[in-house]
Amino acid sequence: MEKLETINVLKIREDFPILKRHVNGKPLVYFDNAATSQKPTCVIDAMDKFYLEYNANIHRGIHKLAEEATVAHENARENVGKFINAKHTEEIVFTRNATEAMNLVAYAWGRTNIEKGDKIVLTIMEHHSNIVPWQLLAQEKEAQVEFIKIDQNGFLRENEIQELIDEKTKIVCVVHASNVIGTINPVKDIAKAAHRVGALCFVDAAQSVPHMRVDAKDIDCDFMAFSGHKMLGPTGIGVLYGKRDILEKMPPFLGGGEMIKEVHTTGASWKEIPYKFEAGTPNIAGAIGLGAAVDYLRKIGMQNVLDHEKQITAYALDKMAGVKGTVVYGSKDVNRRVGVLSFNLGDIHAHDLASILDEDGIAVRSGHHCAQPLMEFLDIPAATRASFYIYNTKEEVDVFINALEKARKLFDR
Amino acid sequence: MSSDIYKDIILDYYRNPRNFGDLQDPDVRVKDSNPLCGDIIEMQLKIKDGKVEDLRFKGRGCAISQASASMLTEAAKGKTLDQVKALSKPDVLNLLGIDPGPTRIKCALLGLKVLKLGVYGFLGQAVTDDVKQLV
Repeated sequence: MEKLETINVLKIREDFPILKRHVNGKPLVYFDNAATSQKPTCVIDAMDKFYLEYNANIHRGIHKLAEEATVAHENARENVGKFINAKHTEEIVFTRNATEAMNLVAYAWGRTNIEKGDKIVLTIMEHHSNIVPWQLLAQEKEAQVEFIKIDQNGFLRENEIQELIDEKTKIVCVVHASNVIGTINPVKDIAKAAHRVGALCFVDAAQSVPHMRVDAKDIDCDFMAFSGHKMLGPTGIGVLYGKRDILEKMPPFLGGGEMIKEVHTTGASWKEIPYKFEAGTPNIAGAIGLGAAVDYLRKIGMQNVLDHEKQITAYALDKMAGVKGTVVYGSKDVNRRVGVLSFNLGDIHAHDLASILDEDGIAVRSGHHCAQPLMEFLDIPAATRASFYIYNTKEEVDVFINALEKARKLFDR
Repeated sequence: MSSDIYKDIILDYYRNPRNFGDLQDPDVRVKDSNPLCGDIIEMQLKIKDGKVEDLRFKGRGCAISQASASMLTEAAKGKTLDQVKALSKPDVLNLLGIDPGPTRIKCALLGLKVLKLGVYGFLGQAVTDDVKQLV
């Protein structure tokens, strides 16, 4: 029996004014959520309120506005920390995005802990943002980068997890949910495997935190990164979670204001974490917006978010199987993947397909999805990707399926 | 954007590309890609008496990029190198018979960029900014 809808999608859609837009004369069908999500009114309002009513720089001001802004900024940090069940609020470092969080760790932790001959283990399904910083580090330190590969269902090979993570390994970096094939990786097991050999574990949670309950303490990873804009928040705000004792031992990333305790002509000393890693005036409105997004998601309930997306994904997988020539990459088991469906349709190139879908108001992504090593491994030059969120409906999937049929007929003539 | 861009002629060149493949002993071999989408075009040219005597292309990408490259090979054959250097965006749109719009224009211009890179390379001349900026 099909599970009843646990959330009222139509009511949720009311919170996202952009969903009322028409594109090319058709109602917008927004299936590009893995790239960035839309923003509910409450997030936009929270940021407006900051700028309209208590805009001020944080931390050093004595005046009322500075105090209010500081409290709001730090409340957002606490809120985000609770959302991923961090043990301590100071384990939450605000960055520009997930990419910056990865670079922060590769730079500040990597340059003091990686030595010649050390191993950095990644997976073949990493986003470029969790590959390139490590390659740069490895190049500088003459370290090795190795990749855990996947089986034909898009799951990491268990034997490679065990074999590649060895005594030489200093850090294991793994994506929680793939932005291409949607696979949910066993990050808890991987963290355990890393710790067994004395290595750290870095989890890229950019595609998981927005869509499911993620518990940093339970996963027991040492670092985690995610972006605000993929979880209903604004662009320009990201999060690095790091275990307190590890962050404390790390040198700073960027130097400047806000991150120092004292500066003299002879040198400087740093503030405590997390401020040590937050040089310069931060994205205050962004942090406040992210806090509002977390409140919104918490109100809906992350289990409800996940359940809804599972239903949409299962429905889309079923319907897409009926479109002749469609190949969907990754597992078909909706319990082991998120609502990110990359596919190809016959010999239609992804860009052509995205153009045809756009004509019907459907926003999808096409190309290599910043995961070229995975695309090479799958031996596909490009794919089209539809990715879902809480406001998507089965009716929208129907519109999408009709457009796929239209594209097939257009190219089959 | 409209699926009108997928006119019969474009799909025909996509499915049955003219001048596709390799030349024996080409004078120039040049390849470029569109970093945004990964479309790739390679061209091989045989040049004699200041003219493009023969040329072939190979590649991978969307219908617009592959069809426009194929059409360009036909258009460039027999032309002087100066004539090829003078080819521009309107010429490509003219060949395609459509304007693919701002999000896809670079797909259409990749072939032109590669062709021009080949000619500049053969002449040993520095590539001009307008060519570099095509894609």
